[in-house]
Amino acid sequence: MTVYSFQQHFDDKIDSDITIEPKDWMPDDYRKTLIRQISQHAHSEIVGMLPEGNWISRAPSLRRKAVLMAKVQDEAGHGLYLYSAAETLGISRDEMYAQLHSGKAKYSSIFNYPTLTWADMGAIGWLVDGAAIMNQVPLCRTSYGPYARAMVRVCKEESFHQRQGFEIMLTLAKGSEVQHKMAQDAFNRWWWPSLMMFGPPDAESPNTESSVRWRIKRFTNDELRQKFVDVTVEQAKVLGLQIPDKDIKWNEERGHYDFGVINWDEFKNVVKGNGPCNKQRLEARKSAWEKGQWVRDAATAHAEKRKARKAANANTKAA
Amino acid sequence: MTQDNKQNKTEWPLWEVFIRSKAGLDHKHAGSLHAADVEMAIENARDVYTRRQEGVSIWVVESKNIHASDPAQSESMYEPANDKIYRHPTFYNLPDEVKYM
Ligand SMILES: [Fe+2]
Ligand SMILES: [Fe+2]
Repeated sequence: MTVYSFQQHFDDKIDSDITIEPKDWMPDDYRKTLIRQISQHAHSEIVGMLPEGNWISRAPSLRRKAVLMAKVQDEAGHGLYLYSAAETLGISRDEMYAQLHSGKAKYSSIFNYPTLTWADMGAIGWLVDGAAIMNQVPLCRTSYGPYARAMVRVCKEESFHQRQGFEIMLTLAKGSEVQHKMAQDAFNRWWWPSLMMFGPPDAESPNTESSVRWRIKRFTNDELRQKFVDVTVEQAKVLGLQIPDKDIKWNEERGHYDFGVINWDEFKNVVKGNGPCNKQRLEARKSAWEKGQWVRDAATAHAEKRKARKAANANTKAA
Repeated sequence: MTQDNKQNKTEWPLWEVFIRSKAGLDHKHAGSLHAADVEMAIENARDVYTRRQEGVSIWVVESKNIHASDPAQSESMYEPANDKIYRHPTFYNLPDEVKYM
C-alpha cells in the first residue's frame, strides 16, 4: 500500500468508528498527540497521589484511612494502566519518567495546590475526581484501543472516589460549626482550580479540531466545564455549602448556570511551574525514583541469579 | 501489547497479563506491566489488575514472546471465511414442525 492508501484506510476506520490498534498504521501526528495526552494523563494519576498521601497517616478513623489508602492505590493503578497504553505507541516507560522528572511533560495543574485540612480529602474526591470523571467518561470510546480499554477500567474505579469524597464533605458539612466551616473553606479553595481542570476556554484551546476527529476528545473544554458546574451546584445544595462565586445564577434561557470569570492568569502561572506546590511535587517524584534505584537494581540482579541457578540445575539433571 | 520499544537497558521487561475472572471461564487479556521476573510479574498483576476480585487465576507472558498476525494481511487472512455462510446453522431452512434442532 502507498502512504496515501494507508492514510485513506486509517481515515475510513476513524469515520466508521473502528478502533485503531498498536500494530495498525497511523499518521505520525496521531501517534504524537496520543503519546503526549496519554503520558500526561498517566503523570497526573501518579502525581495526584501526593496531595492525598499527605493525609493517610492522619485520617480521622480507621475506616477513613482504609478508604483513602484504597483510593490512592487505585490512582497508582490508573497511572500504570495509562503508562502501558502509551508504551504500545513506541515510547518506553523510562523515557516518560524522564520527561516528567525534567519538567518537559506536564500533569494536571490541580495537584500543585496544597492539602491543608482533612476537609481537602473530601473536596478532592468530590470535585477533583468529579471533574476527572467528566473528562474521562467520553474517552472510554476514544479511537485508540489500548487507551479506550484503560479508560473503561479507570472509569469503573473512579465512581467510588467521588462518592467517598462527597461522604466526607457531607459528614463535615452536617457536623459541628467548626467542621462545617472546614468543609466550606476546602470548597472555597478547590472550586476554581477544579473548573480550570477542563483546560483553557475553547477560543484559546489549540488542537481541538483534529482531536475531536480522532475521538481523543469528544466534547470541548467549555461544554464539559458547564456540565460540571450544573451538576455541582445542585450537589452543593445537598451539602448546604455556598458556591464561592457571587455570579452563580440559573439562566433560564440557556438552561444552564451562569458562573463568574475564571482567573486564567493563575492557571497559566501554575502550568508554568509557579503554583504553590509545583516544586515540592516534582521533588517528591524525583526523590522516589532516585531512592528506588537500588531496589530496581537488586530485583534485576536477583532475577538474573535465579535464572542462572535454574539453568545450572537443568544442566546437572541433564548430565 | 507493545510495539518494539526503544527499550532502556535498565528497564524491567514487559509482561502481558491474562486473567480468569471466575472458574470455568477463559483467561482474558487484562493489560501489561513491568517486572523483573515471573514471580514479581504475577504479584504485581495481582495488585494492579485484581484489586476488586476481578480474578481467580493469572497468566503472565513476557511480551516479547507473543507473536501476532499482521494487520496489513487482514484481508487475505480473514476474507475467505466471509462467503462461507453455510458454516452457520442459520443458513439452513427447516420446516416449522422440526423443533429443537
Ligand atoms: Fe484516577
Ligand atoms: Fe480518582
